[in-house]
Amino acid sequence: MDTVYTAEIHYSSYLSESGTALQKMPQWAEKPEQLVHYYRNMVLARQLDNKIIALQRTGQIGTYASLLGSEAIDTVLGELMLKEDVLVPYYRNHALQMLRGLPMGEMLSYWGGDERGNSSPAMAEDFPNAVPIATQALHATGVATAFKIRSEKRVAVTVCGDGATSKGDFMEALNVAGAWQLPVIFIVNNNQWAISVPRSIQCGAATLAQKAIGAGIRGEQVDGNDVIAMHESVNEALKHAREGKGATLIEAISYRLSDHTTADDATRYRSNDELKAAWDREPVKRLQTYLHSQGWWDEVQETAWQNEVSQIIQKGVDHYLAMPPQPIENLFDYLYAELPEALQEQRDKLIRNAQPGGSHHE
Amino acid sequence: MSNSITMIEAVNLALQHEMQHDDSVVILGEDVGTNGGVFRATVGLREQFGIKRVLDTPLAETMIAGLSVGMASQGLKPVAEIQFMGFIFPTMEHMIGHAARLRHRTRGRLTCPMVLRVPFGGGIHAPEHHSESTEALFAHIPGLRVVIPSSPARAYGLLLAAIRNPDPVLFMEPKRIYRLNAQPVEDNGKALPLDRCYTLREGSDITLVSWGAMIKETLEAADQLKKRDISCEVIDVVTLNPIDHQTILASVAKTGRCVIIHEAPKSCAVGAEISATIAEQGLLSLQAPVSRVTGYDTVMPYYRMENHYMPNSADIIETVTSTLEFS
Repeated sequence: MDTVYTAEIHYSSYLSESGTALQKMPQWAEKPEQLVHYYRNMVLARQLDNKIIALQRTGQIGTYASLLGSEAIDTVLGELMLKEDVLVPYYRNHALQMLRGLPMGEMLSYWGGDERGNSSPAMAEDFPNAVPIATQALHATGVATAFKIRSEKRVAVTVCGDGATSKGDFMEALNVAGAWQLPVIFIVNNNQWAISVPRSIQCGAATLAQKAIGAGIRGEQVDGNDVIAMHESVNEALKHAREGKGATLIEAISYRLSDHTTADDATRYRSNDELKAAWDREPVKRLQTYLHSQGWWDEVQETAWQNEVSQIIQKGVDHYLAMPPQPIENLFDYLYAELPEALQEQRDKLIRNAQPGGSHHE
Repeated sequence: MSNSITMIEAVNLALQHEMQHDDSVVILGEDVGTNGGVFRATVGLREQFGIKRVLDTPLAETMIAGLSVGMASQGLKPVAEIQFMGFIFPTMEHMIGHAARLRHRTRGRLTCPMVLRVPFGGGIHAPEHHSESTEALFAHIPGLRVVIPSSPARAYGLLLAAIRNPDPVLFMEPKRIYRLNAQPVEDNGKALPLDRCYTLREGSDITLVSWGAMIKETLEAADQLKKRDISCEVIDVVTLNPIDHQTILASVAKTGRCVIIHEAPKSCAVGAEISATIAEQGLLSLQAPVSRVTGYDTVMPYYRMENHYMPNSADIIETVTSTLEFS
């Protein structure tokens, strides 16, 4: 028999779990500016996550999907994607959405059950959160197809979890991205858990990155808890796509340090030992340790930044809590560009019922 | 002077017209490029407009729909083809969960001006899974327009309207009449409204309501009934979401009797919606119960038995007669 094809999947990391350098750093990481900037954004994301969970527990926000453990992935994407690129996110990318300009209060309003959280002009052409699994991968290929048809040097970036790679949509998206050499990047936040199903029984392949091989696109694994490795990998993939060379699948190895959502209880299906071990690898502490070791960050700066972050978050929360309810007729008014005559009567009824004395008046 | 053309040629003509006048119109689907589509709806378009505007896709219907949503969010107007109605089901997550809700979810920030074209219905001795009429599955979805032409001229004007409409449209083509009844169609770029029924024939004794290929049998029945001095008003519903109930109700107010004819299975079909609306808003004008002449509540049979499944003009005449005799 002849070998007609061979392939390898590479894994990259720069920072060890304990925050020491594993290899020579890229040039940009030999100076403090970018790394300190990343660190500050990661701290903000984490503290915000804690705050949102507190809001949920006190009934001020709805079911919420925590971002805990994905801080490095979102922070790097938010930094390296250009404004004119398009993000096609899933439901765990709110830190990234904010880095792309979505005001915190509006982001919070989404989790507070209000579609206006998807409507901010600051989101430009970015998609709203994909709640069904893996559908976003195809929307990203459609966006990338538009870029390619119009010969624009823009890139579509989509994010999903490890569970999403089991869906046909994901495979069909990789396939068309390869067939048409589309400017799209698929980020798999492999946080090891799809609600209660662990990575080990999600897929029989040794890596999720190797799904790229069957589609004829680049595929690689990267330590998703390591901002430096993430930066290198995403930067290269963006460059590749922007130069018209096609798509990349990046499997970012992370860990879901939270429950799936606030409606979930992960103690039902995973051990405390595993969770404890994952906390030893987490991205924020790791970068902090490295910054300390380089003399680029100290306790005074830490305290000052934590305080500043608290104020930023409080402002965002105040904005969210002060938002007036949306007009009830929004239920009909954004269904079609022009409301069909046949629906006018139902719209009138909705408004009538919401008025004082109506059956749905609050 | 305009040449007489068939419905499939009218579809092609509308696509060509709109591609010529709007650079954002892009065709995609399985075999739509070099092959010109399995029914030849897109024949010649790749040669005329190039490979960036007529895309032969990989064989994956979910992808065709999902890709179209992404393209449409960028301001393109994708016109995607699904080869047969029996293969449309993988698109449903994208049509229902995304295309129909993108404007609503983003409060108008992103929109989805896409068209999904699909041939449907029986009567051409096709393989299994090629002859279904599942329009009701889609007509139920808020935000998704469903349009069905029944003549070459209406196929031309309605397809132009579907492409120009800023929201997603499912454009269902009754393939049994793709090549029947050629008629002159002027390539004048005139779109037809997407919320109006057509009264194909005026009459005073009974209202016959139908759409798609069954319009042919309905008109044949009306012709034969006319010889017995029974005057049928024939309404082509055309747009199944939204439905122009007012035109139907006005006709029933005049005739007092109504028979609804469709090829799809009877239960929970669009005929039930029309019948319920007449009961809600036109009960007092009725002189007889509203009746339905439909396919059976069975699987659409493979072609040896399809003639037993599909309503014909004799079935319509029989039901019209009993409706007229009701007292």
